[in-house]
Amino acid sequence: MTRVFIDQQEIELATGVTLLEALLSAGVDLPYFCWHPSLGSVGACRQCAVLQYRDEQDDRGRIVMSCMTQVAEGARFGVLAPAARTFRESVVENLMLNHPHDCPVCEEGGECHLQDMTVMVGHRDRRYQGLKRTFRNQYLGPLVGHEMNRCITCYRCVRFYQDYAGGDDLGAFASRDHIYFGRSEPGVLESEFAGNLVEVCPTGVFTDKTLSGRYTRKWDLQSAPSICTACSLGCNVTPSERSGELRRIQNRYNQRINGYFLCDRGRYGAGYVNVSQRIPAAGVRNGGVFDAVPADQLLDQVAQFIREAPRVIGIGSVRASVEANYVLQRLVGAENFHSGLGQRAEQVNNLIVDILSTTAASLLSLQETESCDAVLILGEDTTNHGPRLALSLRQAARNASFDLAAAAQIPLWHDAAVRKIGQQAHSPIIIATPYADRLDDIATLSLRMTPLDIAQFGFAVAEALRTGHADDVQVGRVMGILQQAERPLIVSGSSLANAEILKAAANVANALAARNSNTGIVLCADACNAVGMGLLPHQVGGLESLISKGAIDTAIVLENDLSRALPPDEFRQLVANIRHLIVIDHHDNPTASASTHVLPAATFAETEGTVVNNEATAQRHFAVYKPAHPVAPAWQWLARLGQIAGKAEFARLVHIDDVIGACERDLPQFKGIAAAAPDAGFRHRGARVPRMTHRASGRTALVADTHIHEPQQPIDRESPLAFSMEGSLIDVPAALRPYVWAPGWNSNQAVGKFQAEIGGSQKGGDPGQRLIPRAAAPPPFYTPALIPTALLPIVPRHYIFGSEELSAMAPAIRELTPAAGCVIHPNVAMDLGVSSGDGLQYQLGSESFTLEVWVDAGVADGCVVVPYGLPATRQLMTVPALAFVRADPWERKSDPDLITSDRER
Amino acid sequence: MDRPLTKNVRADGSPTDLPAYEASGGYEAVRNTVGKTTGAAVLELVKAANLRGRGGAGFPTGMKWSFVPPVDGKGHRYLVANADEMEPGAFKDRLILKRDPHQLIEGMILAAYAISADIGYIFVRAEYHLATSRLRQAVADARNRGLLGANIAGSEFSFELSVHQSAGRYICGEETALLNSLEGKRAIPRAKPPFPQVSGLFGRPTIVNNVETLCNVVHIVANGPDWFKGLGLLQDAGTKLFGVSGRVKRPGCWELPMGTTIREIIEDHAGGMCDGYALRGFLPGGGSTDFLVPEHLDLPMEYDTIMKAGSRMGTGTMIILDDRTCPVGMVRNLERFFARESCGFCTPCREGLPWVCHLLDRLESGAGKAEDLEDLDRQGRFIGDLGNTHCAHAPGAIEPLSSALRYFADDFKQHIDDGCCPYAGGEIQ
Repeated sequence: MTRVFIDQQEIELATGVTLLEALLSAGVDLPYFCWHPSLGSVGACRQCAVLQYRDEQDDRGRIVMSCMTQVAEGARFGVLAPAARTFRESVVENLMLNHPHDCPVCEEGGECHLQDMTVMVGHRDRRYQGLKRTFRNQYLGPLVGHEMNRCITCYRCVRFYQDYAGGDDLGAFASRDHIYFGRSEPGVLESEFAGNLVEVCPTGVFTDKTLSGRYTRKWDLQSAPSICTACSLGCNVTPSERSGELRRIQNRYNQRINGYFLCDRGRYGAGYVNVSQRIPAAGVRNGGVFDAVPADQLLDQVAQFIREAPRVIGIGSVRASVEANYVLQRLVGAENFHSGLGQRAEQVNNLIVDILSTTAASLLSLQETESCDAVLILGEDTTNHGPRLALSLRQAARNASFDLAAAAQIPLWHDAAVRKIGQQAHSPIIIATPYADRLDDIATLSLRMTPLDIAQFGFAVAEALRTGHADDVQVGRVMGILQQAERPLIVSGSSLANAEILKAAANVANALAARNSNTGIVLCADACNAVGMGLLPHQVGGLESLISKGAIDTAIVLENDLSRALPPDEFRQLVANIRHLIVIDHHDNPTASASTHVLPAATFAETEGTVVNNEATAQRHFAVYKPAHPVAPAWQWLARLGQIAGKAEFARLVHIDDVIGACERDLPQFKGIAAAAPDAGFRHRGARVPRMTHRASGRTALVADTHIHEPQQPIDRESPLAFSMEGSLIDVPAALRPYVWAPGWNSNQAVGKFQAEIGGSQKGGDPGQRLIPRAAAPPPFYTPALIPTALLPIVPRHYIFGSEELSAMAPAIRELTPAAGCVIHPNVAMDLGVSSGDGLQYQLGSESFTLEVWVDAGVADGCVVVPYGLPATRQLMTVPALAFVRADPWERKSDPDLITSDRER
Repeated sequence: MDRPLTKNVRADGSPTDLPAYEASGGYEAVRNTVGKTTGAAVLELVKAANLRGRGGAGFPTGMKWSFVPPVDGKGHRYLVANADEMEPGAFKDRLILKRDPHQLIEGMILAAYAISADIGYIFVRAEYHLATSRLRQAVADARNRGLLGANIAGSEFSFELSVHQSAGRYICGEETALLNSLEGKRAIPRAKPPFPQVSGLFGRPTIVNNVETLCNVVHIVANGPDWFKGLGLLQDAGTKLFGVSGRVKRPGCWELPMGTTIREIIEDHAGGMCDGYALRGFLPGGGSTDFLVPEHLDLPMEYDTIMKAGSRMGTGTMIILDDRTCPVGMVRNLERFFARESCGFCTPCREGLPWVCHLLDRLESGAGKAEDLEDLDRQGRFIGDLGNTHCAHAPGAIEPLSSALRYFADDFKQHIDDGCCPYAGGEIQ
């Protein structure tokens, strides 16, 4: 902190940052457009101008941009000085020359930074009497809308899209007052982070297209703090609802994890909550079809099975909450509880948890990865499997340039200058993957290898680090890079479903950590609660182990589609073996279709729950709205089953806080989940925390066709939140804050009012409880078990759009899901006698399948790269390798439509 | 009178080729310097000569060079000749580029030697096609002669030189926008600091100098700083290419000593006003400088003197306003140019200049109102005050406007009172 004078008053401000940041952190309202806490300063909009005085005698001062001025001891500024205020007002007046007066029909209206800033500077009357310039808008895909007439040319969009996220298909075109932000031609935005444009744009140029279709103003939305369920990273999100429909997802700032940005799967993938495949009611199979029955009747029936069956099998889920899995495990007993994963996936998932628990390296949050100065990615497709991580790694690559900037005395907030001098240096990123990676453009070394070779390479690097000697040139180079780094990072994960790669990654991290205590590790897991499942005691051996057990009387499947985990024959055999197959899920799927009884579960948006992310941080999501009757949270169905079945310990599992408490008591590994968020008894300033904005009237005629009386708002018995606009947001713990708003700050920029300092941690700390402490014991050494196969290894290729089970159902995501087909190296194509557009045939058990093939020298030789999780290919993921032959006869389709990342760059 | 810059300029318009250039003593400065004395010694000569940048700002060249950090061995260092002569009214660099390209090349070799640059670019205005092809020919000839490339004149010093033809934007004349353009990026000026000396082209140490500035280096190295200082009549050293355009009898460009009076330039060299026309005012340094009026005719053309008179010597190429041309129309014409050439980065320039044009359009068309003059004045200060904008483009653009409002206030007022342009029916609409 240092002493400066603002409007003749002496105050303490933070040092080393710009005056704008320091003033915003101190709570001063100063308008800005082009500056963004994560994008730094460029001085384009001139909105944050203040006067700077030379000394005490100087009473005129000169205009400076507070975003381009560093706070210095004793400096004198005039923020409220008339000249400064007039200038700031003039900036808005000039920005308004071409801005349409379409606020009433603009989707940004009511949460528009431009509106807020206009009011803040006091501009009212229009003096310019000329015409406005107009543009033609572009189609940018199903996610982001484009309305260029509203543009105020702050350059934030391209600075995020190009500079921050590495995209190259959105740019600034033309010049003067005709600058156009768009693509060279209309088309789907290629960046996986394009949705952030919606939040980065200070006005309504880039809008959320999925919201447009069923648009609601911010003040009419009901929101709750939530956690994204689309991958394992646990980004914090704000889902918003109106009239029983999830309308949109916005970023919820968490400095440790997602900061200001989300990936497009996270932002747009939650649309699955609204689709028609939802299971609306409890059902019993009657002959071939399901009969909807009252839930109580079905519960009684199932409770009877539980009472009578000698053994009830519980099949949990990596995408269900800790609470739901825990209650199921209690209901059936740990000896009957299964993870719900296939054998291979379960082995990989448990290995991840084992590594997290034993590694000598630090488990890094996304924010911490951004300060790493060397990254080794072993067999993990970060962009498609843990997308937000890829965005962080892109920032990590900049660390070398920060050193150059510091040497040239360029402050790090001076974004354009830092990037300019940074052209010379990138921190090393080494990528070993079987197919092209979206981070290849910033990689020092990109290696294309089969999973087996990646593991082998990893083990060799680990061995080299241990012994200090490498025979292989490439291994030696990687060893040198990692040894020279001050904060090296090892990234791996389950995207290739390969345990050997994970073991190798752990060995590398441990070998490095033995010399360098700043070594970090990040492992991406398969689902939002995969690590939570790994921590929960379950029977190992995967679903395959259940098949060998023969007939099963009763099995309860929790939010899981077993057909994704087992080959088709095995899946059919397993469900045939189960007499009473009870499925609790929110969407119809092959498992639900094969069940005897179905209970409708609430999605993440309709229930509270805890999920454990890839770095073992437990975070709570809250119900945004009550699900339509009789849909209920899965844990509630299970708890009621236990109660009806007469299990004594279930009598006290009534409230979710009971479940959380019991889970903590029973399982020490979950100690801390209660602290992830305040319990239902928490009151803020004597009241519950409101889910609605204070501007919501709570009144609606939407249901007047059924009843003229306005419905009473539901009472929330589960959480300290209320389905109401009554209450206060000020100083609410971050884990409970449903949305951001502050007086004069209606846009998402209001988040600054909830941060201890701008762009820093939130007041009261960022939410989340790390469950795994740093290992005290020396880490284990993982011995390689590399077994070459005579068959062709199947490489799962993850797609951000389509590979994840739930988000793939969202309409916008479905539009972007690639066609099913496989990719092989030309050498493999030669061996198989196929060329691009031919078919490949393979046998899985009793069934024969064909897939279109595409030949690309950009994939590793000696494997078949297959899209993960698409309906046509998902069963391929259950086997590690297969024999493929040319399909004959085969009718050629048109050339496969490759997505960007498959194109030669 | 010594005319070092134009001594090889031929009356017939043909370029001085390499043999002719060498025959007149060309490249002797390079041969006598490179490998024989140090770069630091060249820098000292330029400093001692008190050479000031001829691009417009008049910054001392030696001082500019001295800010380049010592060689760090971590990459290239660049020298860029700013030949993007797009200032309205300026055509002085073209004279050298077309007629004596080797003079520029020799100056660049010496400058590169002084700052230890190993790569050079000549950034040429898009429309200078003939100059570009002659420069390319000259660079190729010099390279074949061992004057460019590795081991120049048998020394350890290497310097690669390329000619880059601009895509055609006025803002590329701003040195940092020029660098961005050269990098293949949008031609947007950079915020300074950091200055190009520290982080210039591709983030490396870079010096950008005007063509005329670099040519002067040849003669300073050849003849010494005292000779150079002796060329100037008053305070500023050397000669200067001065030009006059507008309704004078002989528009043109002449090399004259620094300190030559405006009257001498206009009346003697340009032959005075055309018959039937009287001088109302002039922009002394090109389109982006403040108007001066006949009372300033006896001022010597020197950086500080013209500055004190309320304008800038700029490029030294004057534009004449005669008594039969509408000053409002002239200013509108200029503002249209500057609004069109705004890079669009910062708000006051991007949005403010078109508003100024709109107001001037109204005045010229006779639809102007009294409050338009207030708006013009207010917008002028909003756009024109230093520090309000990202770079000097908009303040420069406002200079002719704000000075016209001062000197030709009656004309502006008459447009409103008459409801039409009083010059309508004259030659400029």
